[in-house]
Amino acid sequence: MSISTTTNNNYTNFFQVKTKHKGLLAWLLTTDHKRIGIMYLVSILTFFLVGLTFAFLMRLEMLTPGPTIVDAQTYNSFFTLHGMIMVFLFIIPGIPAVFGNIFIPLQIGAEDVAFPRLNLLSYHLYLIGAFLALYSLIFQTHIDTGWTFYVPYSLRTGTDVTLTLLAAFILGFSSILTGLNFVTTCHRMRVKGMKMFEMPLFTWALYSTAWIQVVATPIIGITIVLVLLERTFKFGIFDPTLGGDPVLYQHLFWIYSHPAVYIMAIPAFGIISDVVATFSRKSVFGYKVMAYSTLAIAVIGYMVWAHHMFTSGMSDTARTVFSFLTFFVAIPTGVKVFNWVATLWRGTIVLSSPMLMALSAIFLFSIGGLTGLHLGAISTDIHLHDTYFVIAHFHYVIIGGILSMFIAGMHYWFPKIFGKMHNEKVAKVGVVLYFIGANVLYFPMFIMGYMGMPRRYFDYLPEYQIYHQISTVGSWILITAILLMFINLLIGIIKGKPAGPNPWGAKTLEWTMPSPPPLLNFIETPVPSHDPYDYHGHDERNFKNGKFIKNEENDIINQENS
Amino acid sequence: MFEQTSKYVGTVDGAMLYITAFSVLMLLLITVAMIYFVIKYRASKNPIPTQYHGNAVIEVIWIVIPTIIVLSMFYYGYTDFSDLRNTKQFDEEYHVTAKMWDWDFKYDNGVITDTLYVPVGKTLKFNITSIDVLHSFYLPAFRIKEDAVPGRNGFIFITPNKTGVYDIACAEYCGVNHWDMYKKLIVMEQDEYSKWYNSQSPDKN
Repeated sequence: MSISTTTNNNYTNFFQVKTKHKGLLAWLLTTDHKRIGIMYLVSILTFFLVGLTFAFLMRLEMLTPGPTIVDAQTYNSFFTLHGMIMVFLFIIPGIPAVFGNIFIPLQIGAEDVAFPRLNLLSYHLYLIGAFLALYSLIFQTHIDTGWTFYVPYSLRTGTDVTLTLLAAFILGFSSILTGLNFVTTCHRMRVKGMKMFEMPLFTWALYSTAWIQVVATPIIGITIVLVLLERTFKFGIFDPTLGGDPVLYQHLFWIYSHPAVYIMAIPAFGIISDVVATFSRKSVFGYKVMAYSTLAIAVIGYMVWAHHMFTSGMSDTARTVFSFLTFFVAIPTGVKVFNWVATLWRGTIVLSSPMLMALSAIFLFSIGGLTGLHLGAISTDIHLHDTYFVIAHFHYVIIGGILSMFIAGMHYWFPKIFGKMHNEKVAKVGVVLYFIGANVLYFPMFIMGYMGMPRRYFDYLPEYQIYHQISTVGSWILITAILLMFINLLIGIIKGKPAGPNPWGAKTLEWTMPSPPPLLNFIETPVPSHDPYDYHGHDERNFKNGKFIKNEENDIINQENS
Repeated sequence: MFEQTSKYVGTVDGAMLYITAFSVLMLLLITVAMIYFVIKYRASKNPIPTQYHGNAVIEVIWIVIPTIIVLSMFYYGYTDFSDLRNTKQFDEEYHVTAKMWDWDFKYDNGVITDTLYVPVGKTLKFNITSIDVLHSFYLPAFRIKEDAVPGRNGFIFITPNKTGVYDIACAEYCGVNHWDMYKKLIVMEQDEYSKWYNSQSPDKN
């Protein structure tokens, strides 16, 4: 990466700043939220590529029935590694750690997060946890429990999961500390004049997420401690041969892991809100409803975990109650989608690459969200549970929705972080390929799932072959699209044209400073507007190549329309 | 795919269709609106945006109507499930025991088979358990699944109304041969079943 990226010689940007440490240490020991964000970005994308490789290999194995490239034991390791790496190392820390770190302080006019050194500790814990996880997963054993570690299988499998669980425990602390930091930052570090309900919706989303991180993550920590005690001292909490209850484990696992889905999703929704508002040149439709719906998802999402367990043998009453509660998560989520679409209404729509990606994400996420209804109703879930339908639903949400939104964010904030522009045409080709790839890859899985193809199967019956083959071809398209967009951004860092402070014509505070941002962010203390997306009097004809140009004729039009 | 092997299958497929129809409608609405707005309000045609901050009535409408619809989905799913679980009377009972990686099907007379033979038109109860790790007794053709949990007994009912040979699969990951637990459920005419049943005795195993 080019550290000397610069667009303006009048100030020193955060890449150029000299500290008492040199080289790599200047990064690893920094407390600057932007540098920490960049380190997260590099680490997280590295792990993402590892997880992606396992996904590619799994789909390749599914191309033909019977052994195609590996045996059953190796395939089981593949889906376990794919799940573990993607969930714990990529998508859960993903948006909060990268974009939250960099942009919360910038969006609320702060110099840094509330606890910069704690922030660095979070990163170090993440790194230690990640390497421990990778070491134990890849070099120590062929772990084959699936990312859910369901007991009793995970207790009796010959593979040693102790180190892996310890890694997850450490990663959990990284997440809790980040959450604590963000909650405090949003409450205490806002620039003078900005109220809670005047923060950009991305920051609102991160604030809600931070609460889930603080409240839900300790439960996975407790669960891990219980599993370790069980393995070491034979406590008999989960193992039925010792008098324990395996269903209890599932409860504890999902009490964390379901809200974790919202740790993944809510920040992504925040990105979409900012992107849609910016490229519609309008305030988000129903700002307060959007902020409250974010909180509502965080709160209700905490109370629906057992919808993962409709066939687990828990009581019929529990199944009914959790099905009922589950449907209430659909409402604030639906409201968000409606409000995004309504934001477009009578706006001035600029189809930049982040906007195109955002619109594609809304479509793909809607498919993921709506098929969640099939899985929330008890009778249909009992048929669909643990089939490819669930895989399709989950991946439409995560890859179609959240990863799309992450990539939209990458393109949206790229000029701000690096001070350079990427190639917009290549990026848009990437978006279209991504859209096609995701649908070809995941849609056949809905059909297979309804036909009764269970998940985590090394082999399949002949009637499923055609769907598996279409799906595998889709995986090639999707991977091509992802690599194309990543390489395009990398080329942008090296060769891109200078972006200037605000190439998109955005209104939130991070665009009021030069790009890349200076060390302490704001050269002058920003004056926040009461509406974070204040496009009052905007005329797109005055906005050319990242600059507003004055034009008397347009000013008159502006006055007439204001 | 939509073969009606029992009355219950019809109700599950009905719920499935209902939810899918609603989903497709919603997706169409969202997509058509997005495409229409993007074309109609593109920057070159509409350079000056109209600032509009929201509308309480619209928000209430799109909170209340979807709430009612999704609650109808809940009700649909719940009543089907409730009817299924609260079956009081059944004609035949079978004990299903899962193990890594096989199924044992035990009949009232003590016979154990690895293919499940049942009569058509009768309400059948399956008592499900496991002797090692979690498995899940899955009958895709009957839209039914229930986990086999060691130390616990689960149960499900089916009332097949068609003879035929159906798949039994394991749906809860249980190790290296999880995919290889396919067995057959054979639904036979009552007299044929009786003949088969009476020809079996525990000593033969």
